[in-house]
Amino acid sequence: MNLTLLILLPLLTAVVILLMRSSVQVKWSALIGASAQFILALILFFTFRKERALGNASQMLFEIQYKWFPSWHISFHLGVDGISVAMILLTAFVVIAGVLVSWNVEKMTKEFYLLLILLSLGAYGFFISLDLFILFFFLEIAVIPKYLLIGIWGSGKKEYAANKLALMLMGGSALVLVGLLGLYFGGNENTFDLLLLSKMKIPIMVQKICFPLLFVGFGVFTALFPFHTWVPDGHSSAPTAGSMFLAGISMKLGGYGCLRVATYLMPEGAREYANIIIVLSTIAILYGAFATMMQKDLKYINAYSSVSHCGFVLLGIGMLTKTAIAGAVMQMVSHGLMTALFFAVIGMIYERTHTREVNEMGGLIKVMPFITTVLFIVGLCSLGLPGLSGFVAEMTVFMGSWQNPDPFHRVATIAACMSIVVTAVYILRAIGQTAMGPINDRYLSLQDAKWNEKLAAIILIAGIIAIGIAPFWLNDLVTPAAEVIMQKVAGK
Amino acid sequence: MNEFLQIKLLGIFSLGMNLGWALLMIPLLPLLGFLSLGLFGKKYLKQSAGIFATLLLAASAFLSLHIAYGYFFKYGKLEGAYQKIIPIQFTWLQFSPGLSIDLGILLDPISVMMLVVVTFISLMVHIYSLAYMKGEERYPTYYSFLGLFTFSMLGLVMASNIFQLYIFWELVGVSSFLLIGYYYDRPSAVAACKKAFIITRFADLGFLIGILILSFYGGTLDFNSLIEKLTSTNSTEFKTIASASFVGISALTWALVLVFIGGAGKSALFPLHVWLPDAMEGPTPVSALIHAATMVVAGVFLVARLFPVFSMSEVALKVVSIIGIISALFAAVIACTQTDIKRVLAYSTMSQIGFMMFSLGVSGQAGESGLGFTAAMFHLFTHALFKALLFLGAGSVIHFIHSNEMKDMGGLRKYLPITHITFLIACLAISGMPPFAGFFSKEEILLAAYHHNATIYWIALATSGLTSFYMFRLYFSIFWNKEYIAHGEVHGEGGFVMMMPLILLSLGAAAAGFIPFGHFVTADGNLLESAFHLQFSIAPVALGLLGIFTAMWMYKKQNNRPDTIAHSMNSFYKLAYHKFYLDELYLFVTKKILFNLIGKPAAWFDKNVVNGLVNATGNSTVFISEKMKGFQSGKVQQYAIYFLAGVIGLAVLFIYIWK
Repeated sequence: MNLTLLILLPLLTAVVILLMRSSVQVKWSALIGASAQFILALILFFTFRKERALGNASQMLFEIQYKWFPSWHISFHLGVDGISVAMILLTAFVVIAGVLVSWNVEKMTKEFYLLLILLSLGAYGFFISLDLFILFFFLEIAVIPKYLLIGIWGSGKKEYAANKLALMLMGGSALVLVGLLGLYFGGNENTFDLLLLSKMKIPIMVQKICFPLLFVGFGVFTALFPFHTWVPDGHSSAPTAGSMFLAGISMKLGGYGCLRVATYLMPEGAREYANIIIVLSTIAILYGAFATMMQKDLKYINAYSSVSHCGFVLLGIGMLTKTAIAGAVMQMVSHGLMTALFFAVIGMIYERTHTREVNEMGGLIKVMPFITTVLFIVGLCSLGLPGLSGFVAEMTVFMGSWQNPDPFHRVATIAACMSIVVTAVYILRAIGQTAMGPINDRYLSLQDAKWNEKLAAIILIAGIIAIGIAPFWLNDLVTPAAEVIMQKVAGK
Repeated sequence: MNEFLQIKLLGIFSLGMNLGWALLMIPLLPLLGFLSLGLFGKKYLKQSAGIFATLLLAASAFLSLHIAYGYFFKYGKLEGAYQKIIPIQFTWLQFSPGLSIDLGILLDPISVMMLVVVTFISLMVHIYSLAYMKGEERYPTYYSFLGLFTFSMLGLVMASNIFQLYIFWELVGVSSFLLIGYYYDRPSAVAACKKAFIITRFADLGFLIGILILSFYGGTLDFNSLIEKLTSTNSTEFKTIASASFVGISALTWALVLVFIGGAGKSALFPLHVWLPDAMEGPTPVSALIHAATMVVAGVFLVARLFPVFSMSEVALKVVSIIGIISALFAAVIACTQTDIKRVLAYSTMSQIGFMMFSLGVSGQAGESGLGFTAAMFHLFTHALFKALLFLGAGSVIHFIHSNEMKDMGGLRKYLPITHITFLIACLAISGMPPFAGFFSKEEILLAAYHHNATIYWIALATSGLTSFYMFRLYFSIFWNKEYIAHGEVHGEGGFVMMMPLILLSLGAAAAGFIPFGHFVTADGNLLESAFHLQFSIAPVALGLLGIFTAMWMYKKQNNRPDTIAHSMNSFYKLAYHKFYLDELYLFVTKKILFNLIGKPAAWFDKNVVNGLVNATGNSTVFISEKMKGFQSGKVQQYAIYFLAGVIGLAVLFIYIWK
């Protein structure tokens, strides 16, 4: 399996989209491109499993390395382990669903789809890079389209939101860049190569300075408290597919970076700051959940709940046990699928009722059984119902966290566990007010989902259920990679 | 594919291939019903949905009986004691070496008994609903939810792993949520289903933390090895969990009490019971199935499942028995004052579950002292029969009269003869009148309590008197009292389909007491001969009769005695009628404290402080650059002035420093 395909395919799709004339052609070429990505991701997943089953135990599979900027020791180095494969699968699911739900975008269709595809390009590149320089390069590719997506196709305070999001994410990237340079010059050899750096002993001083830079920098992406404020505004102003990509993919770039770059390369730094991470993420989990409880706009509800759910990702990383880290990765995948579906369904409801205020809805089961069923499924996934992905991920984080026997970790774990109750409160409140209750007469003539919306929802639900009822495949994929990281952190 | 689904078909072959499949099919058939009706019901199975689901469940019930027969009479015993057999198990999610969620099937006396109870009651409800729910708009949905519920409950009782139990526990919760909210356009139903889910979720938090503690010390999640490790006093696991302590209470006790909180939530024990009466917003057959016979006993089942571990901690058992007896009495008092017949039945359920719980709490581990365990399971069994019967009977009454309120009823014995007789049998059974089923099981419970703790015994005795009073208050108010004046056309009792379950259940409620339960279900798997003690039966039966006659005196004929008595204890009556204001207390805690004191400040803080800081950073950048840009005006004269000012400033600075 040649990993450059994952970059070339979106690039090709983007070029084809540029050449198309009518919006129908644009849509279909985007859909075909997204489906090709989807198939490619599945092929990657199965070949990866096969290689591992055959006994290929090397840390990264399908490695490719081209010289790129030899004088600065920058090379085009690609490779995947289980965690990257999981993230690539997630990206492929979200991209195809995002393309499908955007079928009604009439304003500048070509540019819209072009940006979506570029975003996926950035994400794939980010997840397969083994050289920190190109990793950063792809990270930036994934940021800029979002600014335009919100600024042009957004709603509400879109300029404000677009500025805020872009500035905060750029700020995060700036910290990341400084941290990366610190690693480059701080190590005993000047290199951006992830694998070389991981074998190197990076001086403690450098770790102490660079770890927070990188962790906070990536943390901004994944809604690290208190740098999460772009999340509610960004999501609520973004178009549906924009929100899906933002929450489903972009927020995961941060989590992946925190894990792969910050924690893996600087284990001493991670141990030094682990407690702070735990405190911040526990705050995010509970505080996000309580803040969600008071929201009235569906998008704000999902945005704040994302803050809470992404807290589990950072909590899992901060707990520094193999199980918790595996749980963090599973939570990234689970939350990515779930939140993309949630935004998709919110978009579907909004297109019909023209409101996102839960108070103004009610009884929608009657007119849109399909959409409300999806809402139920996604809501139940969010509150951690077994059989859906959220449960698996959260329980893995809890079990992993509980392996730390001291009171501090115990208290943090129990506090995080408490969120399962608060989550139930806000999810049932949202579902109860939108889907259940007496219906307003003006909604009686609304139509249920169309083919593209149904297909998008079914794809994402398939992912959620595949993890929910058979978590072992994801666990088998992620755990060995988590173990590699943990061995490094444990100092072996 | 094989490595994908690493099913370890351990003992399936030792029990025979067919048996293994039969066992798997028991939960999978209802699941099939849920999936097929949920996905295709609306389009293809509109009218036949009920028949389809009922047939599936009939097959499942038949297989359960088959398994139960085989287990109890053929292969269950090894050297005289019933064994725990795990025929099927596979690793579902591995956390770390030793700690994994395994999905499997555990056969032991209590799980086999529950299989029969759950499938039988569920089948009765399925049949009954064929007529009761006919013509409902969401008929297929109703049956699909019933299938989901039955599947979850079966998975719960068969669980071989504590986390598997938790998984199905949550699924049971959500199916209950869906069924209570079945009439989704009624605001009261929506509120009730949310309340039920959230309160049980809150309790589940305790359960979850309990599991975490047990798994940490026990090093396993598997029931059999967990129980083995935590019950042998010289194992290292037991020593560490018993010696580790937090605020003076051992980790073992903490874990068990937390698990018990989970059980108390599901089983609607005091003070987590407030969701149960509201849950009566669901269709009445659902109340019969979930909120009487099956789901609410999940907590009892949980304690029974972990009973060997519970018996290692005296404090935990004490908590179980105290909460049990409080719930029994508390609910019985409230039941005497309620006027909605389903709510009376709901409180009576809570009271009866309290009986089962304290019976477990006073039980010992083995031999004679294990009577409480057997009695609790026995009562669970008989209660399922007569309580389902009571609810289905109440459904028949409501179907006829279109109201839940006692004041709209009276004199119905002529119109609903079968309902009347079966209801009477159920009332006699729950009141513990010989020779009906409740008599035997309640006798055993009282006996177990008597040998263990006198206070509990006396309270239980009083409660059992109250039970017969409020049950016959219900009975006389519905079927006697004032004459029923028919408005318009009277359509009579539901047809054969609705009456058959009533008749079958009443046979059970009448005769199930004669099953020698100690032969099948005991704490240690060995045979327990329960001797019948005449002298112990006198007091409860006499009190029961007193309750019945009091109820008769007050409610058989229309009179003002009930009002007079209610007046004479005005304040207490009001307190009980308002359910001791617990609902108001909860409302205060959630609305005022959770929402206003935590939620609102958090949202405000985020919007104004955290976000405000971000905006302030942005604004101050703009502000500074706004001020700065004036410096670059391009005017040479201005630059000259800045230059001059700089020179003077520096000069002043240097002079002062050198000075």
